[in-house]
Amino acid sequence: MPLNIFVEKRRRDFTVTAEIDAPAPGITVLFGASGSGKSTVLSVVAGLLRGDRTRVELNGERLDRLPAHQRRIGMVFQDGLLFPHMNVEKNLLYGLRRAKGSGVLPGELADVLDLHKLLRRRISTLSGGERQRVAIGRALLSQPKLLLMDEPLASLDTPRRQEIMPYLHRLRDMMRMPVLYVTHSMDEVYRLADHVVLMEAGQVTAAGPLSELVARVDLPFAARDDAAGLLLGYVHRHEPERGLTSVACGGQVYMVPMCDVAQGNAVRLRVPAREVILALDAPRDISVNNIIPAVVCALRQEAAAHAALVELDVGGGQLLSRVTIDAAARLGLRPGAQVLAMIKSMSVELL
Amino acid sequence: MTLPLPDAEEREIILLTVRVACMAVAGALPLALFFGWLLATRFPGRFVINALVHLPMALPPVVTGWLLLTLCGVQGVFGAWLWQVFHMRLAFTTAGAALACGVMVFPLMVRAIRLGMEAVDPGFLAAARTLGAGPLDRFITITLPLAGSGVLVAVAVGFTASLGEFGAVITFAANIPGQTQTLPLAIYSALQSPDGDATAARLALYSVGLALAGLVVTERLGSRLRARQ
Repeated sequence: MPLNIFVEKRRRDFTVTAEIDAPAPGITVLFGASGSGKSTVLSVVAGLLRGDRTRVELNGERLDRLPAHQRRIGMVFQDGLLFPHMNVEKNLLYGLRRAKGSGVLPGELADVLDLHKLLRRRISTLSGGERQRVAIGRALLSQPKLLLMDEPLASLDTPRRQEIMPYLHRLRDMMRMPVLYVTHSMDEVYRLADHVVLMEAGQVTAAGPLSELVARVDLPFAARDDAAGLLLGYVHRHEPERGLTSVACGGQVYMVPMCDVAQGNAVRLRVPAREVILALDAPRDISVNNIIPAVVCALRQEAAAHAALVELDVGGGQLLSRVTIDAAARLGLRPGAQVLAMIKSMSVELL
Repeated sequence: MTLPLPDAEEREIILLTVRVACMAVAGALPLALFFGWLLATRFPGRFVINALVHLPMALPPVVTGWLLLTLCGVQGVFGAWLWQVFHMRLAFTTAGAALACGVMVFPLMVRAIRLGMEAVDPGFLAAARTLGAGPLDRFITITLPLAGSGVLVAVAVGFTASLGEFGAVITFAANIPGQTQTLPLAIYSALQSPDGDATAARLALYSVGLALAGLVVTERLGSRLRARQ
């Protein structure tokens, strides 16, 4: 893939060894518990920390051979780190000037991040959400070839996080460079990631496209109480008379409660595992709108919860279903079995 | 009691004292900035530089003055060179008095600047690096402004301490009225003469006034700087 990273760094209690392949453009999330070495990887890639062995190769160019300030690797820090002795505008222009860009704030970015009203403000008067918007804008204006985001929302409370999420959404479609994004929030993973790298005790334990990884029954995502499958699709048609929107994913069409996303736009469907009902025959006269033929890919028993996790291939995507062990036995679920996945429209979350 | 107004001769002493202190601070500041920054960063051999910088504080001022004389006097290595190349003399001149003051207050200035720079969050410097700023660029645009109060303290301390420098000045620059006779030297001279007690007392009062003025001005500047941040 266009971005290839290898980092080895001995820390006091363990050694971080990570090889990461990431698509460009696209958001690759490094996910793992705190202390798993995610931030260490970012610091080494940025050149702020010297790795024992390092390779950062983007489209064939070795960025790690340059000093940090010449790498053109932007970074958004957890606490923003806006310069307190400059106003918002000067902070925004700091990187732009050094990138030999014009001294004028590109309007498109200022629009997307809604920065116009903040330009004259002092940093100390900004709210947490405003600070992070400025920090993201500042990093992007330095015209980086690669953008690193180190838990950019972790210092915000839930309402502020909700407030900034739409900005990140709009940015995702605008950004032309690869992004490495560190977080331990599942919500951010579902909403933002294209690609996920799972880290544990300094090692990469799994990596791949988000929708594949979240549905894998052998990974910690599926074991979570709020485990869910993710489908990537686009808005196919709005049906106002029924109050529904149809979303095309792979060859299938899913009905979800009507939304205001324009027709043809990309959307993500988050389908909680405990909301997916499995059946062998299609029932008649049922409220469920989505009855999707699926093939069981994998099965895993969760002894403690008397439950079974079922990974389903629905053609063009994977879903996850959590049923009782009893139900799994009654339906005779095993890899290769054909079933119907029934999903209420109301259970699907549009991201 | 009102402060008696200084006569012409005393005004000259006060002006010379202020001039010497200003020259000393202006000369010492760039070097103090460099060493303050150097000592605020971690590097091997730091303690050697640290000890050298603090030497004038540990030595008796007379010894510092004598060392300056042997180095920068007309017979000294540096002094002889200065004389040959620029026809410039330091010993027994106003510039020499300023040099002696500058050397004496140097450790105080370096310390204030170092503390100011150590208080700058290294995260800001990391952020500047990722935004494309090189070492000198970061020093000028991030470290210096954020350590501004430390620099201000250094200037204030350097200035007020220069006003009172005695031993090194009298050893290196001697006690020449109008050229090197600053307030403390003039007070010393007055105390040496049999009927100089009144003069010494007045000069001492001017000293107090000058020191207070210096402190008030820096306090004002300091609060304005804090307000700006």
